[in-house]
Amino acid sequence: MNTSALAAARLILARDLRLALRKRGQFVQPLAFFAIVTTLFPLSISPELARLREIASGVLWVAALLASLLALEFLFRDDAHDGTLEQYALSGQSLTWLVFAKTSAHWLLTGMPLALMAPLAGISLGVPYAALPGIILPIALGTLVLSLIGAISAALTLGVRRSGVLLTLLTLPLAMPVLIFGAQATDLAIRGASFAAPLYLLSAMAVLGVTLAPLAAAAAVRMSLE
Amino acid sequence: MNEFIHMGGYARFVWPSYALTFTIVILNIVWARRSLWRARADARRRLSMRSADP
Amino acid sequence: MAWTWFHRLASPPHVYALATRLTPWFAWPAAALILAGLYGGLVLAPADYQQGDGFRIIYVHAPSAWMSLMVYVTMAVSAAVGLIWRMKIAHAVAASCAPIGASFTVAALVTGSLWGRPMWGTYWEWDPRLTSELILLFLYLGYMALRSAIDDVQRADRASALLAVVGVVNVPIIHYSVLWWNSLHQAPSVMKLAKPEMPTAMLLPLLLMLAGFTLFFAAVLLVRLRGEILRRERTASWLREALAA
Repeated sequence: MNTSALAAARLILARDLRLALRKRGQFVQPLAFFAIVTTLFPLSISPELARLREIASGVLWVAALLASLLALEFLFRDDAHDGTLEQYALSGQSLTWLVFAKTSAHWLLTGMPLALMAPLAGISLGVPYAALPGIILPIALGTLVLSLIGAISAALTLGVRRSGVLLTLLTLPLAMPVLIFGAQATDLAIRGASFAAPLYLLSAMAVLGVTLAPLAAAAAVRMSLE
Repeated sequence: MNEFIHMGGYARFVWPSYALTFTIVILNIVWARRSLWRARADARRRLSMRSADP
Repeated sequence: MAWTWFHRLASPPHVYALATRLTPWFAWPAAALILAGLYGGLVLAPADYQQGDGFRIIYVHAPSAWMSLMVYVTMAVSAAVGLIWRMKIAHAVAASCAPIGASFTVAALVTGSLWGRPMWGTYWEWDPRLTSELILLFLYLGYMALRSAIDDVQRADRASALLAVVGVVNVPIIHYSVLWWNSLHQAPSVMKLAKPEMPTAMLLPLLLMLAGFTLFFAAVLLVRLRGEILRRERTASWLREALAA
């Protein structure tokens, strides 16, 4: 059976999506977490929309970041447990492509829904309707980069007991540029200014991430499986 | 001499900075030597356990 | 034939003996340079026009900051060498670097903050360089946490090596992001900690301190390296003679 790397990747992507849809509970968790965290801020600061609008960008981004991190643990865990990951590594297919497929599935299941849900949270924080594209686009891109970087940390911590916090500790410093530019983009949008510049920088990071991160993550998977 | 210690009024920033940095210098020396000592003790123990095996 | 010395570097007993012999050659010059730098910086150098005697913190802050970065790069380079050429020694070097670099990052943060207080008015101001140092500290801590989380030394070596390489690629990205972030929100009074045009009497002690600390790093690294080699060599036969010494 001579499957090309791209075809194998597509198969893995479809498989991961199908499996996730069966375990719907698992993929709703990050969204629920996001909703709860964004509620914490008005509760702890003030219900005044004017004040909330000032910090809305930061709140949305930190909540999205933490929610994505929460979901990262599941990226490789199940496949590592039942030996599927080992099969991928031994299959002779390009592990880089397979890891990229898994990471894309993860983003489609976590990042994209977050990006689509964030506008609702934004409105609750006083964000004007015109700014909504400035929430969706940057968060979609930002969570993509986060999934890519997070795949590396997730692969490195495979098999480490209770790796949740370690995973966060490893990923967050690397994710700070994403936070800086993403939150800046959203903030500019909220103020009514053009957010093209930080968006382009985020896209550049996404391109860099897509090209390099799966390679590193695949190498890390191999290390963890040894 | 007093002038020196006084550091033109900045004494409470300058001297703690130097004190901290040199504490870290000393700590590095101490930790490194302790780490080596521990590694040597462990290695000796491993070797003696190995030679104790019949 | 020129490659024999390189091949010998892959031999643990050789490196162990070499490290033992070389340590004093780094340690004593380091002490001399640091003492000379201290004298020059605290006593000989004239007070700064704007900052008075407060600027003398630079003689401990700049070396600490330099160490924090230089050690990280050394760690990442030896990690890469360990990954590419599968040299245990390279991994041992990387492992030895981390605690040294992390401690000097803390020193850089605290001295930078103490320097900031009289200059900016607050102990912490999210200025780009200190913020980058803080993120660097997180990178070091993550590296050390990953190492201690994995029980098998070989796997820990390789995993943390990958992390170090990914980290070092990110360091410039992080630095420029933070610089840009800061420039959006800060008045341009930011670069106070930058080294302005310095007269020789001020600059020379600084160079002495930088050189002295670098040699100090080499000496401490060599001591730690010996321990790391021993840990990786389990029960190899050369250990008996080496430990008897």
